Amino acid sequence: MSADVEFELRDLRVKNGAKQILQGVDLTLRRGETHALMGPNGSGKSTLANVIMGHPDYEVTGGDILFHGQSLLGLAPEERAKLGVFLAFQYPVAVPGVSVARFLKAAVEAVRGKSSGGAGGFLKGVREQMKFLEITEAFLDRGLNEGFSGGEKKRLEILQMLLLKPALGVLDETDSGLDIDALRIVAAGVNRLRGPDLTLLVITHYERLLKLIEPDHLHVLMNGRIAFSGGPDAVKQLELHGYDWIRDQVGAEVV
Amino acid sequence: MAHELPGGNKLLQDYKFGFVTDIAADAIPLGLNEDIVRLISAKKGEPGWMTDWRLAAYRHWLTLREPHWARADYPPIDYQASRYYSAPRQRAGKPGEMDPELAKTFERLGVPVHERGALAGVAVDAVFDSVSVATTQRERLKQQGIIFCSMSEAIREHGDLVRQYLGSVVPPTDNFFAALNSAVFTDGSFCFIPRGVRCPIELSTYFRINAISTGQFERTLIVAEPESFVSYIEGCTAPARDENQLHAAIVELVALEGAQIKYATVQNWFAGDAGGKGGIYNFVTKRGHCRGARSRISWTQVEVGAAITWKYPSVILEGADSVGEFYSVAFTHDRMQADTGTKMIHIGPRTRSTIVSKGISTGHSANTYRGMVKILPKAAHARNHTQCDSMLIGSQCSANTFPLIEARNATAITEHEATTSRISEEQLFYLRSRGLDEEAATALIVHGFCKEVLKELPMEFAVEAVKLLELKLEHSVG
Ligand SMILES: Nc1ncnc2c1ncn2[C@@H]1O[C@H](COP(=O)(O)OP(=O)(O)OP(=O)(O)O)[C@@H](O)[C@H]1O
Ligand SMILES: [Mg+2]
Repeated sequence: MSADVEFELRDLRVKNGAKQILQGVDLTLRRGETHALMGPNGSGKSTLANVIMGHPDYEVTGGDILFHGQSLLGLAPEERAKLGVFLAFQYPVAVPGVSVARFLKAAVEAVRGKSSGGAGGFLKGVREQMKFLEITEAFLDRGLNEGFSGGEKKRLEILQMLLLKPALGVLDETDSGLDIDALRIVAAGVNRLRGPDLTLLVITHYERLLKLIEPDHLHVLMNGRIAFSGGPDAVKQLELHGYDWIRDQVGAEVV
Repeated sequence: MAHELPGGNKLLQDYKFGFVTDIAADAIPLGLNEDIVRLISAKKGEPGWMTDWRLAAYRHWLTLREPHWARADYPPIDYQASRYYSAPRQRAGKPGEMDPELAKTFERLGVPVHERGALAGVAVDAVFDSVSVATTQRERLKQQGIIFCSMSEAIREHGDLVRQYLGSVVPPTDNFFAALNSAVFTDGSFCFIPRGVRCPIELSTYFRINAISTGQFERTLIVAEPESFVSYIEGCTAPARDENQLHAAIVELVALEGAQIKYATVQNWFAGDAGGKGGIYNFVTKRGHCRGARSRISWTQVEVGAAITWKYPSVILEGADSVGEFYSVAFTHDRMQADTGTKMIHIGPRTRSTIVSKGISTGHSANTYRGMVKILPKAAHARNHTQCDSMLIGSQCSANTFPLIEARNATAITEHEATTSRISEEQLFYLRSRGLDEEAATALIVHGFCKEVLKELPMEFAVEAVKLLELKLEHSVG
């Protein structure tokens, strides 16, 4: 594993409206590593994911987000996307009337530039990835996330990741809403991209995903701070004892 | 004296149709009176019945007052300050060839007016100020008995047909602007599709206003005989000037038994500058009459221009089982005011109508949908479905909907759905996280919002309409 730092959060503090959600988050991801991020509901995981992508509703009140040593703060979401940051949303929104095909083409062209193979080449690539993710071609003509089931939305998120080939992928509960087979397929999709060129932050509540996408490190976010960082085996303790285990470990300080 | 607006502003640069053609014109004096009406009729070499028709309309107009019930603010119009006829003086060339200056103009506008260069799939009638300057593909159409020519020519050459149908859908007494148009209309298109004929190509008219202080009053009449079909497209642009020019048109459609007329418009008149200076007043009466059983009329409009739009393409559903449709996108920016919608008048049994209206407001603009669905006592089992959606972009614009439903037959079914939304931050963020900038993301969302309407347009026209919408959005967003 390379020792280059790919992505770093330094004492990141974030507010949404009047509420201070992140109170100083530190994280370091080296190139090609996969980190799992867990934590109770409402602890700020999605906030963290959204802030990394540049959601305009969140105010960064302190600290920094560094990608290849460059601060992402001040960059628009589209600029971050073009640098290679990708967020698979916990709740992807629908954009009625915009076909999946049209959207994918616009996204791929925006991030990767016009494909040399023309429209035909582009569609061929899309079809191949769709086949892998077992998404039927009929989805290409449907409105983006319009009437999609929870699981279908998640598959489409991963399809986008496979097409956009990001350097940093943040997966926000991609496993929630997936049936057993879909979970395996989606994980295989993610693993397709894994390698030295993809650094991953995988947000999840469950061990099952981490069995399929094996992380190098595990972090637990509680009350807006990283309350625990350790090896991937810690997930077993968490499954057994719940977050009280962490609370016991770190004492009353974060509770 | 009116001037061209300076080209420094982004909107004006985007309005690439805002140029003026330098061509000598045969123009009559400013103002309006009976002599002017007679003069117009004489210029066009019209028969006496037409002159009398015009004069009757003019006299009726004098008894009417300019309507101001629409959601649009503008000072009273000085009808004596406008010019009612201006025709380009074409330099004599080969017979059947257009003056090169005019040809260049239409080329710049992207309108195929040359027979040789003509797109195979479309016939064009090009109207420049008060006259039609070219009509293409006529020979090809004639072989099938289709008449497609300027209104002036139709009055001279097909007097009986014109006399039978002119004013039969929109009578001169219909409203203030209809009366005015009936008195002074100068040109427009006439289409006649004989029984059982499916018009093999799109028919289209392109209206261009060029002359200063001149109104354009055109009149289009389409008659579809039993079991015939025609698809018709209308486009329009004007120079960017600091004066308001009046465009008061009438379109009449007649569909006989089993006939179908599809009428599509992309309206891109000059809309005025960012402060609301200049722009076209687009006061138009468009109405179709489903006269025969099983006939079908559909209006599709993409309204992206004009300082003020006052327009309600309507269908009178008289024939049993006839169908009326109205699909509309109205986009307003800066200080534009659009008050548009439709009327569906159900007279015959089992008549059906569909209304889909999409309003998008940006800047300081006002966008109003005004619709009426009227079900008369004999219209048993009539049905209407209305879908009326408004999207607001920014916080200074407004959207209003005034849907009126009047059902006088208990077996009728009417459904009405309406939504008003702001462009969603979550949608924008989602698309931006995929690399689209704010403009591109907005354009995509708006495109999706209008999709139901855009899919009703003929293919190539839809592509143009989307480009136009994107261009307009680009300057309105951010
Ligand atoms: N606009 C807002 N105003 C006030 N509080 C907010 C706002 N948005 C989010 N929050 C709060 O911030 C906290 C963190 O939310 P976040 O969605 O980041 O949690 P999470 O860790 O992703 O939870 P889950 O596991 O349920 O997905 C929650 O308490 C949430 O209610
Ligand atoms: Mg969450």
